[in-house]
Amino acid sequence: MDFLIKTLGAIATIIVAFIVGMLYMGINRKITARVQNRVGPPVWQNYIDALKLVSKKTSVHHGVMQHLAPAFLMISSMGTLLFIPILRGQSWFPNLSYHGDLIFILYFMVLGSLGMALGAGQTGNPNAAIGITRGLSQMVGFEIPWVMALVAMMIQYHTTSISDLMAIQQQHGWLMFQNPLAFLAAILAMLGMFRYSPFDIVGAPAELASGPISEFGGKYLGLMMSSGSIFAFTKLTLYVDLFMGGASNIVVLLIETFTLYLIPMLYGLVSPRYRTEQAIRYFWGWPTVLGLAALVYSVVI
Amino acid sequence: MINDKNSQKIVDIIQNFARKHSLFVLAYGTGCGAIEIPPTMTSRYDAERFGIRGAATPRQADVLLITGYLTTKTVKRVIRVYEQMQDPKYVIGFGSCTINGGMYWDSYNTIKVLDRYLPVDIYINGCMPRPEAVIEGFIKLQKKIMEGRAEGAKHYKENLEWYRANQKKVLGPTTPHIQEYNW
Ligand code: SF4
Repeated sequence: MDFLIKTLGAIATIIVAFIVGMLYMGINRKITARVQNRVGPPVWQNYIDALKLVSKKTSVHHGVMQHLAPAFLMISSMGTLLFIPILRGQSWFPNLSYHGDLIFILYFMVLGSLGMALGAGQTGNPNAAIGITRGLSQMVGFEIPWVMALVAMMIQYHTTSISDLMAIQQQHGWLMFQNPLAFLAAILAMLGMFRYSPFDIVGAPAELASGPISEFGGKYLGLMMSSGSIFAFTKLTLYVDLFMGGASNIVVLLIETFTLYLIPMLYGLVSPRYRTEQAIRYFWGWPTVLGLAALVYSVVI
Repeated sequence: MINDKNSQKIVDIIQNFARKHSLFVLAYGTGCGAIEIPPTMTSRYDAERFGIRGAATPRQADVLLITGYLTTKTVKRVIRVYEQMQDPKYVIGFGSCTINGGMYWDSYNTIKVLDRYLPVDIYINGCMPRPEAVIEGFIKLQKKIMEGRAEGAKHYKENLEWYRANQKKVLGPTTPHIQEYNW
């Protein structure tokens, strides 16, 4: 019985993540359009796009890894989602969280990108290869401040469990204010994680013909799009859990995640694209300094 | 139940609706008409409000937009690009050059009637058509898709030999082979 409820809850979690993530992407497109003084597509445009993409026929074959790449992305985003507590102290969205899940998530989050790198490499498209090298270098860039921020919190509160961190925030107030340096470092790392401009060097459509996904069309692209939106929601929820104490109900969760989502979106709207080395230099500059400062702070306090 | 005719009809309606409202366009800027694509896509005319957006590669595209005259050299690439696209796919011929040769009618190295080489679903006439006309053309295509009449790709597959023969006339030995339909 317990197992059944957990399974149903997991499915519900994934569906909610898909719907919300897609909606956020749609709102992003609408806001982008308004900023550029356009009318823009309706906010549900992304659902239509996804429906069309999965109803397309796909008959491209480059090898096994190419077929597996979207599955890797999907597994990584859904798996990460299931390990993150969606709501605080509720039995509705059960999750698989356990002690030490923060470290596990750190590793699991990159699985999708690595699988995608293998798959895109097999398509043999030179644009894909360039996109992969850029993507992995960028990952090396933003992972450092991100990991530093997380480690700072682990040191500060002597725990590696997300639920524990959430419980601690119930008593001491949001971690955002308890360790603001870690929060800043993590937010700057988030800019890279979302890959909006100026960090859209991986899929740069004008330059690389959309990079790693250039040989993927139809159903594969649809899968990638869905997994991307699930992953967006996952990351936002993780940030809310870690820095804003988690949400007690879904409305609060939506408000908090959307507020966080506005940061990379609005920052992207006013910035042109970086070159690869500029992007990495950016992450190894102030974000890393902030991360180091957060580490020192958490040890000293 | 699934193969039942009525349920197929419902599936078709849903799919056609999705296809109609989400057109990923691969603009193959061959002729001078390509200059009208940027204003169509950007702030002034904003084609995105109809769900029309640019695709970066043929694999992701639904619509191949051929903007003007095609030299025999380009035709080969266009055919290859078209065959790399995944079903369902549509072609829009843009400008008089794709209809009857336009002002390149007696040129020695351009093709005249695009429809003989690739199945064109919609023509947009004018030399060059204004963005309003381009959007009008897209809306015609959307109507056609909704009615299920945009069957260019099917026609191409069924009459591949005829198309190949025509292509061979201008391309000679460099024509793509029939077996290489899926690149
Ligand atoms: S139709 Fe006119 S504008 Fe278009 S490619 Fe031909 S000559 Fe140029």
